[in-house]
Parts: sequence; C-alpha cells; structure tokens
Amino acid sequence: MNGDADKLLAYNGGAVVAMAGKQCVALASDMRFGRDQFQTVSSQFPKLYCLGPRLYLGLTGLISDIQTVSETMQYHVNLYELNERRQVKPHVFTSMLSNHLYAKRFGPFYVESIVAGLQPKTYEPYLASLDILGGTTVSKNFSVTGTCKAQLYGMCEPLWKTDLDSMNLFEVLSQALLNAVDRDALSGWGATVCIIEPDRVTLRTLKARMD
Amino acid sequence: MECLIGIRGKDFVLLASDSVAGRSVVAMKKDHDKMFQLSSKLLMAVSGEGGDTVQFAEYIAKNIQLYRMRNGYDLSTKAAASFTRRNLADYLRSSTPYMVNLLIGGHDDNDGADLYYMDYLGSMVNLPFAVHGYGSFFTLSIMDRYYKEDMTKEQTLALLQRCIDEIHERFIVNLNSFKVKIIDKDGIHVLKDIRPTTKPPVEAEGTQQQQQLMDTA
Repeated sequence: MNGDADKLLAYNGGAVVAMAGKQCVALASDMRFGRDQFQTVSSQFPKLYCLGPRLYLGLTGLISDIQTVSETMQYHVNLYELNERRQVKPHVFTSMLSNHLYAKRFGPFYVESIVAGLQPKTYEPYLASLDILGGTTVSKNFSVTGTCKAQLYGMCEPLWKTDLDSMNLFEVLSQALLNAVDRDALSGWGATVCIIEPDRVTLRTLKARMD
Repeated sequence: MECLIGIRGKDFVLLASDSVAGRSVVAMKKDHDKMFQLSSKLLMAVSGEGGDTVQFAEYIAKNIQLYRMRNGYDLSTKAAASFTRRNLADYLRSSTPYMVNLLIGGHDDNDGADLYYMDYLGSMVNLPFAVHGYGSFFTLSIMDRYYKEDMTKEQTLALLQRCIDEIHERFIVNLNSFKVKIIDKDGIHVLKDIRPTTKPPVEAEGTQQQQQLMDTA
C-alpha cells in the first residue's frame, strides 16, 4: 500500500538527530531543501520547530508535509495551552502528534518525527521518535531519522555516553550529524543544533561541508 | 518548458516570467503574462498545468481581496504566502490537486521585500533568488556566483539579463522574451520586456576561404 512512502520520504532529503544528556537534551538537523532528489533549492531550511520553552519537534520527509504537520501541531499546542492554562508535557504532545498522524492511516503525511524535550519540574530528558503512521518509540539515549538514518545510527552508537553534560553533548551530537550527512547525497548543506537545558535553549549553526 | 525567475534586491523584488504560452509543441502566444496581482503590493508568478495555473491564481487573488474587504488592510507577504501554501497542500490530497509552481513577491512595511518559492506539493521557502522550470538548471549557478544582498534595480536587471542570455544560449526551447515586474514600497511596476542580448553571428574559421574556393570552382 505504501510502496511510494520511501520514495516520497527521500524526495526532499534531510536528517534530524537527537540525544539525551544529564538534565539536558539536544536536537540537530541539516539545512538542505532538495527537489526531485538531485536539485538543491535552499541551504537555509532547518527542520527544527519550537513548540514550547522546553519542547522541540524535528521533522524529516516531504517538506510540504513537514510544514503542514508543524503548523497543525503548533495550532493544537496553542489551543491546549489556552484551554488547560498550562504547558503541554512532552509525552502528552507525543500522543497528540501520534494521534494526528494515525488519523491519516490510509493517506499518511510523509514525515518522520522526533520529539525532544525536558519533563516539567524534574527536567529529565524526553526523546521520542514517530514513524509516518504515528508509531512511537521512546528512547533513553538517542533518536535518528532522515535519508541518512543508517549513517546516523552508525555515528551515534559509539559516540554516545550516559550523563553527558550540555557542552559535551553538543560536541558529540554535532560530530554525529556532520559525519553522517557527509555520506549522504540528499542531506547536508549546513547544520543547526539546539541544546535544551532547564534554564536556557541555545541554537547554533555549524560550519558544514556545503555539498 | 516555462521559466519563472525571482530576485530580491534592496527593498524590492523583481519577478520575471517567459512570455510563451504553449501547448505541446505549439507556441500559441508569444506575449503572455504569467503574473497575477494578488494585492497592491503582492505579485504571484505561476507555471504548471494548463488551466490549473489561472484557476488557482485567481482563486488565491480573490481570497486575498476578500480579506482586504473584510478587515480593511492587506495581508502581509508571509501571511499571503502561507495561505497559498496551505491551500496547495490541502488540495494535494483531494481529487482535484493543483499542479502549479509559484513565485510570490511582495513588499510590506514590517518585513520589507520578500520572495517566496513554492512548488506544486506545497513546500515553501523564503529565498533571495529563485527559479522554476528547466531554466533553473542554467541560471541558479549564475545567481549563486553573481548575486549580492541589497542590489540596486540596475544591478538586478543586469543579473537577470545574464540569466536570460544563458537560457537563450543553452536551452533547447526558444524563450526569447520575458515579462518583468518590480514590487517595491510604491507598488507593482511593469518594466519593458527583456530579450536575450543579440550577439553578432559567429563565423567559423576558414569559412571565407571555403566560400572563395567554391566561387572560383
């Protein structure tokens, strides 16, 4: 039924990776917006979306669907926060996203998502990845998605260690992303990293190979 | 076979589109305007499936005007582009998707001049310069090399002329005239059509000698 899914997920290219550290979580994406696989339209297209003070969503796949899903989830979060008068928790947001994606079970959005955030009060890291139908996996260490998923797994597995502090987590995550996308024609053209800590969020752009 | 070009300059956006209206192998009209005015300072250039282009462009234009009538002020460029994108994305999974690629150029007081590139799937990005069609293969690298931020109108037109010359040189389809419009704080201005620079015919080496030999024989 979804034989086209792989082709459509690779149409625009892209990569997102997230890692958990000690009381912090970091999320990184490439910046490429490709078209028809071999043309590059833009190198200023980050795939990270801020949905709350300590809640970020990273999406890869068809860019049209990335934009639709991120806009719709922003709408749901806004409505939730207006009605509930409190911030949405990461695992609750993940359920909302999963539900939204499964609603299109027989005509899905071609996006693979990563939710990265800190639990309110305890500031414990939360990482979850979702497939195109909303199937969720909560991770303790790292989550990867994109056209260079395999390369990202290969980089994350040996580099990640438990309880990395935010500086080291940034280094580890950056190296994982940069080296993985260099082995993928459809990802790269810049990189952006976001470190989420209890008291601050830092967004950095990396110097990457622009090819 | 259609080519749309957009370049953002200092507080203005330049949009250019080829003026051939073709069906299959026939050029039906050579002075066709592919740009639609959405509001006083918003212009949209469309290419794609015949019929869909005009229908979608007029639908968006009328809705932008409706917003103006209801609220008393125009939508910003970003909002209008987002509205257009959402429509394209929603129609994509309907039984009547619109196969149109667009460039939206606009100027508003808060953000200045903006150029948005949108493809038929509904993916949108804000760019300093953008091209749709086969022309993009020939011109994007030229723009990468020669584009600078905050160019004047003359500089931008010179860059556009380079692009059109290259398309004329290497693209197999003859696109020999482009409609050009500029959007700035004073509105939309129509400029003269731009044609490729005429170059003197290149004579192959030895042609004159050969001609002399043939004349005497």
